[in-house]
Amino acid sequence: MSKRITEMCPALNDAMPTEYRELVENGPWLGDKTVKDLGTFKELLEEHPLCAGCNLALSLKIILSSLPNPADTIIVGSTGCSSLGFMQVGIHNIHSLFGNQNAVATGVKRVLSMRFPDKKKDVVVMAGDGATADIGLDMTIHSWFRGEKITTIMFDNELYANTGGQESGMTPAGRVAYMAPLGKKFPKINLFEIAKTSGCHYAVLLTTANTVRLGACVKKAILLARDVGPTYVQIHTPCPTNLKIPPEESIKVAKDSEKERYAFNEYVSEAAKSFLENTGNKK
Amino acid sequence: MSKKNPLTEKPLDYMLFKAKREKQFITGSEAVREAVRRANIDIAISYPITPQSETMHLVGDLFAEGYVPEYFRGENEFAVMSQVAGAAMAGARVFTATCGPGTMRAFEVFPMWSGSRLPVVCSFMTRGINAPLTIQPDTIEMAFLLETGMIMLHCETARDIYDFNLAAFIIAEEKDVHIPVGVFMDGFFVTHTRELVDIITEDVCLPKYNPQAAPVPTIDMETPPARLMRDPFVMKSNFVSYVAHASWQQEVRAAAARSKKHIKKYLGELIEIENPAAPTIIVASGTAVSQAREAIKLAKEENIDVGLIKVKVVRPFPKDEIVAALSKAKKIIIPEFNIAGWLAKEVAAVLPDNGRIVATPRVYGGMTMPPEILLEDIKQAVRKQTQ
Repeated sequence: MSKRITEMCPALNDAMPTEYRELVENGPWLGDKTVKDLGTFKELLEEHPLCAGCNLALSLKIILSSLPNPADTIIVGSTGCSSLGFMQVGIHNIHSLFGNQNAVATGVKRVLSMRFPDKKKDVVVMAGDGATADIGLDMTIHSWFRGEKITTIMFDNELYANTGGQESGMTPAGRVAYMAPLGKKFPKINLFEIAKTSGCHYAVLLTTANTVRLGACVKKAILLARDVGPTYVQIHTPCPTNLKIPPEESIKVAKDSEKERYAFNEYVSEAAKSFLENTGNKK
Repeated sequence: MSKKNPLTEKPLDYMLFKAKREKQFITGSEAVREAVRRANIDIAISYPITPQSETMHLVGDLFAEGYVPEYFRGENEFAVMSQVAGAAMAGARVFTATCGPGTMRAFEVFPMWSGSRLPVVCSFMTRGINAPLTIQPDTIEMAFLLETGMIMLHCETARDIYDFNLAAFIIAEEKDVHIPVGVFMDGFFVTHTRELVDIITEDVCLPKYNPQAAPVPTIDMETPPARLMRDPFVMKSNFVSYVAHASWQQEVRAAAARSKKHIKKYLGELIEIENPAAPTIIVASGTAVSQAREAIKLAKEENIDVGLIKVKVVRPFPKDEIVAALSKAKKIIIPEFNIAGWLAKEVAAVLPDNGRIVATPRVYGGMTMPPEILLEDIKQAVRKQTQ
């Protein structure tokens, strides 16, 4: 992007809200920030309407602070809790429909590659587990089959949170939820394994509990999508509201899941490995 | 864009009114290809469905020949229409086509195109809808699309297909419009039959789409402001949010209304009237117009005077034009290729004294409309009128 897009008309400078002025003067757009830099710059998202203790909100904050090149990043979201946070995000983003995020991102990426052949525009999809693995599953996987150079990030709270806590395909077997009054009858969808065999060059399974690792993995996923091929980041983001977790304990619930279904797991394809070696980015 | 289009850019009025043309004996699908060849599009996205497939094969040929810079097959119509949306939001001129069950599969996307103010052009080669499975011509899908907010043009002939498809891009992109245009053609009846079409022979094409001139911001991280969402929703339970959503819907419909002047400039009046003084007038769109022309010839042989209104534009609905043109008609016959009779309902809704309407013949499921059955309905209407 040209820096012009963030600059204000001088005559309006005084009229702009303080937080926008701070974003222009000290935003992360033109620098490669990491989680460790939090507190030293104006974040792309500081205020949002998500619940206290929301792991999705936390991971969104971490992701937005870990974009390798926010000045040329476009986010495609989907309907759900996550969409409520995006109106305040300081980069271009799209809310279209529920479930079509990887299809919209495909169109965006193809056109930006044509319109800006000399620039790298990162297209990052961020959506919930219902959008990614249920209603939008075919579009998620087909974007991988086609080798679209986009990053898909799933906020997995293991249910439909925004509609009140219904079972999703990502809900663990046996759990009682709305629309599964006797408990879920089939296992959690293993989208991580599916990603590995569907064309993703990088896939990672992790939680919000380790924020530095989360930030580093997101950065790696976006860099690999830019040059190698599709990448997938699946983050466990337990929902304190629907799971009746006290907000202060919600990260602990995420951390506990690392001992079982959310043990850290990272897949890197051969092509991605050699790319990382050649670029000296092995983190 | 990375690939250079081999054609020279010219404005639409030059293309439609001044460029040299030559008659070619081509199908409706080929007429779409010839329009798209000169439309200077950035990307086309396809998905097979009969009878649309041939058209997007031909657009694929344009990609192979270098007239279309980017082209691929998506995974289903909902995905394709969503990919089209993403491409348009990122600043591209986009073309796609579908029909019947494909239209229904993609349905959620069409009001989103309108609400997001995307100047997408989509051709619909209308066909019946399941169940039971049918691939035959039928215009029922248009009944469903009437309230999606898109502009709807209905072609009678391959010549219409050529001109409407070419003009659709510029009408859609006008700054005070900027909403999708659906170009409808009756599947098989005009897509798979040949006729003589005046095709532009000069090496010219439309000017490139300029996203910087669009009335809505492009999602590319080049267009200010940086803090930008397409399309933000106001989802609170309060009056302000209801008003925001209500005015948004009104604005989409107002944009369609504003398209009238552009349609008139490039494609002529929204309706075409023949013999308006006749006591009996047929109102039709699509290939039903051609059948009406034949029936009117037969009626003339029996000294029955019948006029014709060809409805070219279904949305924005040419209410005032139709009411004025029918002010003296005693009987109004509305033949249609669908069971719903959506055109008859549209006309009845705006017409004073709509008891004049005879909403027949109505054929569907792939059936043809022989002029003789239309003539029978004309005669019956005239008999009732004179009784």
